[in-house]
Parts: sequence; structure tokens; C-alpha cells
Amino acid sequence: MDILMILAESARSAVGPVAAIYALAAVGLNLHFGYTGLLNFGQVGFMLVGAYGVGISVAVFQLPVAVGFLVGLGCALVLALLLGIPTLRLRADYLAITTIATAEVLRLVYRAGFAEPLTNGVYGLQNLSSGFRQVNPFDAGERYGVGAFMFTGNQMWLMTVTWGLVGLAALVTWMLIHSPWGRVIKGIREDEDAVRSLGKNVFAYKMQALVLGGLLGALAGAMLAVHQGAIQPDQFKPQVTFYLWVILLLGGAGRVFGPIIGSMAFWFLMNFTDGFLKGLGREGLLPFLDGPDYGAIQLAFIGLLLVLLIVFRPQGLIGDRKEMLINVK
Amino acid sequence: MRTRLVTVLLALITAFLVIPGAAATADEQGGESLQGQIGQPDDRDQGVEGIEITVFQGEDEIEAVTTDSDGMWEVELPGPGTYRVVVDQESIPSEYEIRETVLLVDGEAEAEVGANEQRPLIVALDEAGAAAEEPAESDAPEEGDGAAQEGEEDTSAEDPTVEVEGLSGGFGDRFVQLAAAGLLFGLVIAVSAIGLSLIFGTTQVINFSHGDMVTFGAMMALLFSSGAAGMGNSLLAIFAGLGVAILLGAAFEGRLGRTLLIVLQWTSVFGGIALATVMGVLGDDIGWRVPLWAAAGIAVVMGAVLGGTMERYLWRPLRKRNVALIQMFIVSIGLALVLRHVLLVLFGGNRTRYAGYQVQELVHIGPVSMPPRDLVIIGVALVVLVLVACLLQFTRIGKAMRAVSDNRDLAESSGIDVDRVTLYVWLLGGGLASLGGVLFGLNQVVDYEMGFRLLLLMFAAVILGGLGTAYGAMVGGLAVGLVAMLSTLWFPAQLMNAWALALMILMLLVRPQGLLGSRERVG
Repeated sequence: MDILMILAESARSAVGPVAAIYALAAVGLNLHFGYTGLLNFGQVGFMLVGAYGVGISVAVFQLPVAVGFLVGLGCALVLALLLGIPTLRLRADYLAITTIATAEVLRLVYRAGFAEPLTNGVYGLQNLSSGFRQVNPFDAGERYGVGAFMFTGNQMWLMTVTWGLVGLAALVTWMLIHSPWGRVIKGIREDEDAVRSLGKNVFAYKMQALVLGGLLGALAGAMLAVHQGAIQPDQFKPQVTFYLWVILLLGGAGRVFGPIIGSMAFWFLMNFTDGFLKGLGREGLLPFLDGPDYGAIQLAFIGLLLVLLIVFRPQGLIGDRKEMLINVK
Repeated sequence: MRTRLVTVLLALITAFLVIPGAAATADEQGGESLQGQIGQPDDRDQGVEGIEITVFQGEDEIEAVTTDSDGMWEVELPGPGTYRVVVDQESIPSEYEIRETVLLVDGEAEAEVGANEQRPLIVALDEAGAAAEEPAESDAPEEGDGAAQEGEEDTSAEDPTVEVEGLSGGFGDRFVQLAAAGLLFGLVIAVSAIGLSLIFGTTQVINFSHGDMVTFGAMMALLFSSGAAGMGNSLLAIFAGLGVAILLGAAFEGRLGRTLLIVLQWTSVFGGIALATVMGVLGDDIGWRVPLWAAAGIAVVMGAVLGGTMERYLWRPLRKRNVALIQMFIVSIGLALVLRHVLLVLFGGNRTRYAGYQVQELVHIGPVSMPPRDLVIIGVALVVLVLVACLLQFTRIGKAMRAVSDNRDLAESSGIDVDRVTLYVWLLGGGLASLGGVLFGLNQVVDYEMGFRLLLLMFAAVILGGLGTAYGAMVGGLAVGLVAMLSTLWFPAQLMNAWALALMILMLLVRPQGLLGSRERVG
């Protein structure tokens, strides 16, 4: 087992396309939870509608990718409104239950038999990335980077766009949070009633935050569709949302760079544990486990990480402990 | 008023979107792999065994596999790249043939696998001769209307949470039959959900790991009824140690010296672990099995210990540290992930049933016909619910539970030992969740995600009945079960859970505190 190889591979994945996509979705979640205090456990639902916005537009209706992105964002907007109107007036944990139920239900709808003309059911949609790759300024055949950080031209193009979007989203978040609007939503997180007593329409502010974060989630989903070139409904399981939560809490909720650092750290850890377990397995040191168990162990590890983070370091890597002392009544 | 109308309307639209159905069975794995499930054309949940699949990279053969009894196959790949998959046409049973698609021509398909991707590859079968009649049929998404025939085929692939036996006859017959099935489903939900509701009432924690406690119960009963040996004995030893520790704490807190008590408790925990190690080493030498009812008893006790352990060693310390409720909620999600995947590692991702209760002669009671096992489930659930209601209504500890659930501070100031009551609530909740798991598993199948599937319905039940009230969970559970089952009279079975969740959303709009809840509960 070559520890250095595993470390290098993990470091590569920490800046790779997947880390960028998850960072983008986590920035949206940060807007929900970190700043507004909304317990959105259905972020994967936004990613799903974003991905399928691109997928259905490109694969079924042969529209350009740009239109697909717009469709995905539109779907996310509608989803946020549908979700928010009944639940945002209620206590935070109701929102959590409703969002996780909705996201799971969306996945099942997209894979259900009657939706097959559009979504192709469990088979998913293919050939989604050609439009995006046509405008690739990098040479697809060429490899770029130094040392362990080697990426193909297509990956470079995707990473440039996605990390660019992440940067843009972070900038927008920073500007929003340092605006009067941002002060209001942080106020909502701390004490909703106090904000209400100042004459602010709490519901409207929460809804705006939900829509904004949801749009970022949809954007991440759309990038995922373009990155993979093929999507299946079953890759949008609730686990993705849990990953995003770990990313957010690992990096630090309520910080502009929290989700970005969190995503890099998370994917580093994920790939490291995976490589490490596989390495141990190849050496014959894990006689009780088969290959399929490693994934389960990894997910159990994610769960444990979530528990330990919340108990011992709720502010994450770069967070401010005071910002995380949210208590919902 | 208008805003409320709009809200209701929107909620209804949401409800139409809500369709829980078949759960995916694909396991989570690391590394690159190609995988898939080959199912019978008329029911994709029924796998076809023994189909040979070979994966090539270029001309090099990577691996050849055959599908298992569930029709699952998987090939681990050396790395990302483009692979060629060849399905051996000879190995396909003669009554089926491969469905040709754009991707799959003459039993060969190309698949591009990215880094760390577990790429599913769909191989669908048709009844032999069916394809010849409809030669133009393909899976290509371009043909938006061409897929109508496939949609038809999918409705027959029934939702795994719905299995109503002996369903036939006119509307009246079906109504009665489905009402009975709904009653059964509702009772199972109610039994599992009481704990969820009481735990919320006493500690304000929404216990997301409750679903996995249900799975735990079902799995334990499966383990002990199908033959315990090494792993069963070890688990039993660990849980015995934990159980003794908790009981010691509950019985002697305040009576014995603090140090002595802690020493005793940890001795018991470590004793359990040591015993478990010994048992594990002995392995299959001490093999035993018990009938399902006894296994269910063991599972209930172990479930209670699991609940008690979580309360004593996780939630109570967290409460003492004044951890906020949102954080507790997230902790419970983490715990759910840990529990579910530990169970997955220990027991694998297969769907199993309790042996010996599968094929049974239907019993006819008036217009209703059910297998005896369903009658037993209904009976057990009813008895348990009545017992729990008596416990809550007439005994001291039951009254204390309701008091703490109603108002923690007031209960504490009137001299109730709130911590101890909370511990008992967790014990009760864990045991009932396990029992619910056994009943649910007996009625349907046991797999590692069964609890998570039930969890959303349990949430619907407790919200419907009123979070925090035990009787609310019973009423809500029954309502959810009946609504889910009866909706299949008019709507597709895939939509059945949607109606239950729609009911939940409607309730949140009209009366957020639930049927039996008091108004102050919702902020």
C-alpha cells in the first residue's frame, strides 16, 4: 500500500470537479442553514431538478445546454416556492421533515414508470455534455496540470466553470450578507420574533433565502449532469444531502468560505478513507469485509463524523462558535 | 383567507408530486464498478438468475459474472475508462430475450466509467417474441410518445411496501380487503411511531434514527430465528452488558456512591464486550436458533437496550451540555447513518423474509381473507397498543411519562425524576420500534433500508396525530395506513404513500399541532 499515492490521489480529488460541484451546492445550503437557520434537508431535490432540467432539455428536446440550465433554475424556483409556502411558517424541524420527504419523493417521481417518456425512468438520460464541451477552450486530448494534479482538457473546462461559479456564488453571498438584507436574515436565524417585531416580513425573507440557496443547488445539479454526461435518478439519494451537511458543518456554517473549504476537506477525507480501506483490503488486513462493505463503512464514518463534529466542534474548521449557537424554538 | 386557499392549493399540487415507491437496492460502494439488476419483464423486482455477463476493456477480459438470485450482478473495474459489456445470449432463459436498445445491440454495450463511479448498466428483458411484434420499440428518450408501452409495464412492478394478498372481486370486496390491509399497515406504523412521538414529547428531539431502530429490530429477529452462532452471541453479550449498566444506573442512582456506581456500570459494559469477544472467537461452536416469536422477544429487549443506551450515553450528556435542538436533530441523522450502515455491513444488503411464514393458506373471515400471519400481526399490534395505553393511563410511570411529555419543566418542579422518566421512554420507544420492525418485516421484507422507508410514514403519523402525544401517534398511524391503502382503490399503487404525506401537509396547513396536540406546541 502506497500511502503517498493515496494522499496524492486524495489531494487531486479535493480540487477536482466533484468537489467543486458539491462546494456550489453547499454554498446554497450555507445560505439556508448558516445564515437563515433553515433546516433544509432536501438540497438534493434542488440538485435533481437542476440536473434533470439540463437532462430533459438536452436529451429529449435537443435544446442547447444553456436553455437546459435556465430550465433547471426555473424548476428549482418553482420547487422552492412549493416547498416554502406551506412549511416556512412552521417550526424549523417541520421544514426538515418536509424537505427530506419532498426530495425523496421527487427522486421516486423521476424514476417512476409514468414519467418515463421524459426522464427515461431508472435508465436515466445520456449524452448530455457534448454541447458544453463544444465551447471548451482547452484541448480535450491534452492533459493539464503539475505532478499529481493532472486533469484532462474536459475536466479542466468543467473545473474552471464550476470553481468560477463557486467563486461568484461566494462573492454574491458575501455581498448579500454585508447588506441590510443579510442583516435581516441573520436576525431571523438568531431570533425570528425580534425581527418580526421590527416590522420585517420574516416569511418573505425566508422564502428569498430558500429560493436563492435552491437556485445554487440546481446550478450544482446542472453542472453534475454536464460533468457526468449521464444522470440516473438513483444518484440523487438522501445521502447526497447528508454529504452536503457534513461539508457545511466541517467547513463551518455561517462563513462564506466554510462550504468551499469543507468540500475540499470532505472529498480529501472520502478518497483517503476509500483508498486506505482498499489498500488494507488488498494487503489482506481486513479479512471480515468484502469490497461492497467499504462503501457502507465509509457512510457510517460520515455519520460518525457528523455526530462528532456537532458535539465537539459545531463551528467546523473555520467557523465562529458564537454563530453556531442557534436555538430554534 | 385567500392566502390560505392559495396555500392549500399549492399543498395539493405538492401532494401530486409526492410518490414514494420502489426503493433502490443498489449498495453504496467505493471504486469503479459496473453493476445492474436483471429483472423479469413483468415484474422488475423479481430477478432472473444465472445470466452470464462478461466485461472487456479493449480485447482484455476483466471479469465474467453471473447474476445472483435477485438478478444482481457487479463487476469491479481496475480504473476509469471505456468498457465493453457482453451479455451471453445463451444463458438467458428461453422464455425471455434481451430488449435491444440504442445502447445495447446484440447483447453488447459500451459503457464509459468515470473515476469512482459505480455505473449502473441496464439490461432489460422482454418476453420472447414480444420484441418481434413491436420491432420499432426502443428505449431512446427521443421518442417521447414511444415509451407508453413501457409505462404500462412499470405499473405492474408493484411498490414493495404494498403487498395485499388475495385482492380481487368487485369494488365492495376490494374496499373491505384494502381496509383490512390498511388497518394492518396502520397498526404497524402506530406501534413503531409511539416511541417517536413520546421521545419528542419528553426531550423535544426529533429522533431521525427511529427508522433504523425499526430495521434493527427486524434484523435481530431475523438473526435469532435463522440461527445465531458467533455474531448473534456477541451482539447479545454486548447488549446484555449495556442493559445491565443502564438498569444499574436506573435502579441505584442516588442510593449507591457515585464512584461505585460508575465502576459497576463500566465493569458491566466492558464485561459484555469481553464476553462478546470470547463468543466471537468461539464462533459457530455455540449455535442455536429459536422460533420467530422468541426471536421477536429478544429483538424487543435488545431494541429497548439500544434506545436506553442512546439516551444514557448520548442524549443525556448532550442535554446536560445544553446542545441546541437543531444540533441534536443533526446528531440523530448522523446516528441513523451509522446504525444503518453498520447493519448493512453486518447483515448485507439482501432482501430477506422470515422463513416459514411465506406461503400460507388464506383464512376467510366474512368478506376479508388474509394469511394467518397477518391476523397474528393485527392481534399482536392491537394487544400491544392496548397495553401501552393502559400503561400510560393507569400506572405511575405512565402518568409521569405523559406529564413530562406535556410540560417538562412543570413535571420536574412537581417532583418527577425527569431523567429517569426519559430513560424509560427511550426503553419503551426502542422496544416498540423493534416490535414494529418485526411486524413490518413479517408482513413485507427485511432489508437495511426498510426502516428509512417507514420513517417518513411515521413522521406523517405523528404529525397528523400531534407531535408528542402517544395517543396521537396511534390515531395518526391508523389514519396514515388506511389512507395509503384505500387510495389504491382509485389511484395507482405507486401513489399510495403520496396520499399519506399529502394528508400530513394538509394537516400542517390547517392544524399544525395535529389532531390531539395542544396549540402552544408549534411556534
